[in-house]
Amino acid sequence: MKWRPGDRSLLSFLEREVIMMGFYEQFKRAIAVYDEILRQPHRTEIARELRDEEDLFMLLCFSEMLGLPNPAFYYTLELYPVIIERFHDWHLRAGMEKSPLEGIRCC
Amino acid sequence: MNSLWLAVIGMIVFAIGYRFYSKWVAEKIYRLDPNYVTPAHQYSDGVDFVPTKKMILWGHHFTSVAGAAPIVGPAIAVYWGWLPAFLWVTLGTVFAAGVHDFGTLVLSVRNKGQSVGTITNKLIGKRAKIMFLFIILILVLMVNAVFAWVIANLFINFPASVLSVFLQIPLAIWIGYAVYKKKKGMLLPSLVALAVMYGAAILASRVPALQIDLVKYFGGADNTVMFGLSGVSMAFLVWIIVLMVYVYIASTLPVWKLLQPRDYINSHQLVVGLFILYAGLVFLQPEVTAPAMNAAATDVSWFPLLFITIACGAISGFHGLVSSGTSSKQLEKETDARFVGYLGAVGEGVLALIAIIAVVTVFATKADFTAAYSSFAAASSGGLGNFINGAAQLATGIWIPADIARTIVSIIVVSFAATTLDTSVRLMRYIIAEIGSEYNVQALTKTHVATTVAVVSSAALVLLPKGPNGFGSGGYLLWPLFGTSNQLLAGVSLLLVSIWLKRQGRNYLVTFIPMVFVFFMTLWAMIQQVVFQWSGYGDGELNMLLFGIGGLILIFVFWIIIEAIAAFSRNNPPPLSKEM
Repeated sequence: MKWRPGDRSLLSFLEREVIMMGFYEQFKRAIAVYDEILRQPHRTEIARELRDEEDLFMLLCFSEMLGLPNPAFYYTLELYPVIIERFHDWHLRAGMEKSPLEGIRCC
Repeated sequence: MNSLWLAVIGMIVFAIGYRFYSKWVAEKIYRLDPNYVTPAHQYSDGVDFVPTKKMILWGHHFTSVAGAAPIVGPAIAVYWGWLPAFLWVTLGTVFAAGVHDFGTLVLSVRNKGQSVGTITNKLIGKRAKIMFLFIILILVLMVNAVFAWVIANLFINFPASVLSVFLQIPLAIWIGYAVYKKKKGMLLPSLVALAVMYGAAILASRVPALQIDLVKYFGGADNTVMFGLSGVSMAFLVWIIVLMVYVYIASTLPVWKLLQPRDYINSHQLVVGLFILYAGLVFLQPEVTAPAMNAAATDVSWFPLLFITIACGAISGFHGLVSSGTSSKQLEKETDARFVGYLGAVGEGVLALIAIIAVVTVFATKADFTAAYSSFAAASSGGLGNFINGAAQLATGIWIPADIARTIVSIIVVSFAATTLDTSVRLMRYIIAEIGSEYNVQALTKTHVATTVAVVSSAALVLLPKGPNGFGSGGYLLWPLFGTSNQLLAGVSLLLVSIWLKRQGRNYLVTFIPMVFVFFMTLWAMIQQVVFQWSGYGDGELNMLLFGIGGLILIFVFWIIIEAIAAFSRNNPPPLSKEM
């Protein structure tokens, strides 16, 4: 259908379309704003949770490098009895008669 | 009179307040500066300090502060007729709540986004900070007791709502999990959750088998179940224990697991609720049947009790905690503070306004109103039920059947109350831990010890007052104490803003006058309640519990007023930071 100057019906049809589009766009924008309002506190909380995890990870991996005592050692101390026999075997295999480390006294 | 007029006049007052008064305050008193670098930019960390568009921040602020309190207060206060409640809500919002919420936001923005508690320490001193902690402690304790009563009361009177409220918990956990682990959008799942809840509500309204009615299970209201407790008493006891176990678990979980997804669903409920009520009002236009001034209300005078009965909705100290706790850290431009803070208070006023309208239109005749609001105690215990019925009547204006609307409105109120309860138990745990570390009581700083103390003391407080239905049904007696502690907190915040303004050499009357008003009213109301109602002096009967807590709060009122006078008349104040 070809549009000619003065064709009222088509013009009003287009106008209506434009108005409806505008309304639809407005509605979509309103929903987006609403969604963002509700999302806001979540984003904060999840960022906080992730930051805390990251902090813990950094502390466990790199605290020694900065001279901070690693809190994980308190728990890894429990592994001592498990590892001590293997450690003893290792330093004998490596040709050391006595334990090379001050802290570990296996023999 | 057509009730639509109340809404229209109220809205006009709010609009004028926002358009002119808040603009004047923003320009001449708080002197907002569009070029000021807000903490959101200065300390931007992607977690707490995040510049946020004003529309988004307003929405978040409003949904954080709006809850069940602006519904319960007005529903009780119409006891004195609709006019005092209406005037206090509209004028209180414009002249007190607006400048309070707005002021605490600006104060915090000008103080590196610190919270009101920290600023108290800075502006007044360490002793005041401890005082501040205790006021919040009393406030959250009252909140826990009152809202536990609100929920138990609604569960007993509207048993069809129970199923949906309990369905909300797994649905919220599911949403929280989906968002956190799978990074999914929330809008769709939360709408699905809402649809499930309301679907269950419609079903439960029509199918009695789905209504969890404890009173019926215990053999009716008059049946003595055990230990001489009636069916209703027993139901209260069971619901309060269930609630306390629930909040113990909920308040020790990370917030993203349950609290926040539930907030998300509740935000939809807030929108749905406000839409149903205001749209219903426009279509139904019910007559106001309650009197403007209730001449029959002679047992307790409206002056000054009205001003502590309606706290949230007219002025509420809790808003200052939200303003200075989260919103101030996210303000993009200082000039946005007016929109976020002042309009946030207006939003709550709008909620309180519709609560008044729902209650004053529900009765068929004035005689019915007078019968339902025969005494202040009757108003306090029945106010919330009247609101639910009034709201259901408004909902029939948009063709929602009254029984279904009643269930849905009670679900909305319970959901708000439950989130408030969860948040305030969490807050109480933090405060107990802080007091524990302040006074070197190591045990109190442990999460489970602090939570146990919080939950047990709240449960004890809600169970102790005896109402007409026995054990636990008297939680509403604590309402004036809740109002008082909330107003006290607001008074302290207004004091801080006034001190700040005074040291800047500005006109501080804008916040000083509401502060004096709030202190004066709470002081007077507490003296009246403690001395003439609860002490056993004159006609009143001695009520040890209310007398004890009321007396404690009264001491706090005096303490704060003395601190306020001292802080105000100090000649050489501690130096302020440069940003201020």
